Amino acid sequence: MSSLKKQIDRRHFFKVTALVGGGMMLGFDWLVARDTASEFSVSDFREGDRVKVNAYLKIGDDGSITIMAPNPEIGQNVKTSMPMIVAEELDVDWDQVKVEQAPLDAEAYRRQVAGGSQSIRQEWDTLREAGATAKAMLVAAAAKKWGVEVSDCTTKGGVINGPDGQQLTYGEVATEAAEMEVPEKVTLKDPDDFSIIGTDRGNVDIEAIITGKPLFGQDFHREGMVYASIVRPPAFGKKLASYDDEEAREVNGVLDVVRFGDKIAVIARSTWAAMKGKKALQVIWEQGTDPESSDDHDRLLTDILNGWGLEERRRDGDIEKAFKEADEIVERIYEAPFLPHNPMEPMDFFAHVTDSKVELIGPTQRPKRARARIAEALGRDESEITVHMTRQGGGFGRRLYGEFDVEAAEISRLTGKPVLLVYTREDDMTAGVYRPASKYKITASLKDGEITGYHLVEAAANSNMYGLIPNFFPAGAIDNLLIESGAFESNITTGAWRAPYTNFLGFAEQTFFDELSEMLGNDPVQWRLDLLEKAKSRAAEDDRIQYSPERMQQVIKLAAEKAGWGNPGPGVFQGFSAYYSHNSHAAEVAEVMMKDGKPVITRVVCAVDVGIVINPQAAVNQAQGGVIDGIGHAMFGDLTFKNGRPSAKNFDRYRLIRMNETPKVEVYFVKNQLAPTGLGEPPLPPAAGAVANALYKALGKRVYKQPFVKEFAELQ
Amino acid sequence: MAEFTIRVNGRNQTVNVDPDTPLLWVLRDELGLKGAKYSCGIAQCGACTVHLDGTAIRSCVLPISAVGGAQITTIEGLSEEGDHPVQKAWRELDVPQCGFCQSGQIMTAAALLNVDPDPSERDIRRAMSANLCRCATYNRIEEAVKKAVELK
Repeated sequence: MSSLKKQIDRRHFFKVTALVGGGMMLGFDWLVARDTASEFSVSDFREGDRVKVNAYLKIGDDGSITIMAPNPEIGQNVKTSMPMIVAEELDVDWDQVKVEQAPLDAEAYRRQVAGGSQSIRQEWDTLREAGATAKAMLVAAAAKKWGVEVSDCTTKGGVINGPDGQQLTYGEVATEAAEMEVPEKVTLKDPDDFSIIGTDRGNVDIEAIITGKPLFGQDFHREGMVYASIVRPPAFGKKLASYDDEEAREVNGVLDVVRFGDKIAVIARSTWAAMKGKKALQVIWEQGTDPESSDDHDRLLTDILNGWGLEERRRDGDIEKAFKEADEIVERIYEAPFLPHNPMEPMDFFAHVTDSKVELIGPTQRPKRARARIAEALGRDESEITVHMTRQGGGFGRRLYGEFDVEAAEISRLTGKPVLLVYTREDDMTAGVYRPASKYKITASLKDGEITGYHLVEAAANSNMYGLIPNFFPAGAIDNLLIESGAFESNITTGAWRAPYTNFLGFAEQTFFDELSEMLGNDPVQWRLDLLEKAKSRAAEDDRIQYSPERMQQVIKLAAEKAGWGNPGPGVFQGFSAYYSHNSHAAEVAEVMMKDGKPVITRVVCAVDVGIVINPQAAVNQAQGGVIDGIGHAMFGDLTFKNGRPSAKNFDRYRLIRMNETPKVEVYFVKNQLAPTGLGEPPLPPAAGAVANALYKALGKRVYKQPFVKEFAELQ
Repeated sequence: MAEFTIRVNGRNQTVNVDPDTPLLWVLRDELGLKGAKYSCGIAQCGACTVHLDGTAIRSCVLPISAVGGAQITTIEGLSEEGDHPVQKAWRELDVPQCGFCQSGQIMTAAALLNVDPDPSERDIRRAMSANLCRCATYNRIEEAVKKAVELK
């Protein structure tokens, strides 16, 4: 994206129009921006090509300031923090700002995705420039009115101040501002002058949340709407043979029963009637594809670790030589189960399909993909389909995928009615897109007190490592290195789960390094700092390497200092872990104490470098949540399959961490003025390793497998 | 189907539903009160928590036929202006991440303060463990309950 910045001509990039009834709207002309990025010259496109402009912000002549939140809000605070960036450069008081969730508009916005901790990182420049461009045009309009130079005017709190004490509010010049030429170049604020970025700003939906106003997909209501619940195959591999809906149709409130594919939808006038009707359906399933069980997966994963179907991801030095010359070779295998996402709001979506249009409203992390799926399923053109996003009751990766959106549209098409599809928790956990079960084998060669070789093999259901992960630590720190991965095909659907791959890889590597440091007689923190020191020269010349050894050292030092590493209080056992993922660096120290013979995780110190922190109070909350989420799933998260059936379907059998099991998480951000990176995922991957390393100190036993609760009798 | 008159947020409400209909769905689908959420349907997560005569209950498993003349309070009726001490604390500490479980968390916290105006940390952690938060805002919830005790 750096080339975009260089080549962009802002006059084409932003488009400003007058609002009907007065005021201005500043939009983003992505067509041109995109083509500029792909190296086409702007002049290749005629004015008429730029058909679609949508608002980043609107300033009414009544002084109202509306900033659009482009990205899906799943709890990562982007509906608040992204508009904060625009407001900062626009130079308005945050209290003046009204935030609106933007609908899907792929031509107007660049990347309407909640995923990969990328929202802030990828939109930072654009959001700043949007605010600064609008401000420059407002100032230009005021200067023209006063007959003064732009450079003699200043702004503060939505007011333009002239050289002779003149004042105009943004609203008073908004209509004229829309007529000004879009400036070719804008000056962005010095971070030292920020007054919104870096200050605590409450969630823009806080009032609605704490008073129970309808906000979420589940809360959506429209006159004439019906509710739907779906009966789906109870196990992967099953398909529908036949069904009898006589009893279901007799349930009070049930309006219809429709079949599509291997699913049957019960349509009713209330959610409860739909759920009850579903239970009353008599369904006979038959075997379609082969039934799979976790025992089979276990064997396949072991086969991969032993060399079946492996692909090389990175190779440095001469690993074979390193192993041959080693004093000692250490090999460990780490095992992870499938995990369901379990957002608190089960999947749901509203759809209204008519001959003229297809309307979708609900929670999705990737609305553009949802639209493409629906277009394909219904055989409709994308231009006929609108997608609006509600606030979302969690995502964790699950809402990057369907099929709930397509199902809602199918049901609406079949019944001709506006429909709200609601999954039960059982549907949600059964029809998952799970974190794949995986295994890692890590082998290291040690010689003369040093690590000389590192060989990591990944085996997973369905999916391979992303290309970047082989270029994370320890790449660069160890001369001889080999990263390989392989996957087997499963009919159990899998996908990204908060911090994909690294959510477990972080644990495997960080416990492995802890074990090695003990074998070598090194302090884990000091040894890591030393390895990173060594990585600096290779990282400088190898641009595949993703992490920054310097920034990683900083977070490690910060975590160690704040935790009092090496000097734990009486009865406290400390464990250390550090991990880079999703463009951010994080280091954590977990503390465990024994209480009544049981280990209790009492405190976690988490140091993070995400560059400039936009909204600190929310950022701390996000990091605390990431750490606790990482610990909770490592401790308890467990889903296995038997003949395609998941071992748990609801929270009675599937354990999530609760407050009484939660440590106090202290969060410290590295203070710098670097461009911000994301926070939704990076604090999670180090957490399980830090806890496992502390548990080892407390209990004297290493853990290689999740969930921990199955591995330690003391945790039960 | 049968007619039931229940008392919700200080007002009588008459609905015509099956007697086994959980209170949650009466509130949400019949009365349009969307504050209490559906998440598990088996009284495990607390997202549907409302008050029955001041006590926190799971509305997803309480049939309408069992409500009788009890006073039901939902998040919408917890305070007139959103200024219950628990709501104030939630606002001040900006507790929610996704926010979906938060009305249930608030109702559990408010019920705790009804019976124990000055709970210990242990009491708070025990009471609030009835509610799941998948975003794991547990640290912030704990701080906010303590803050609500101060504000009371």
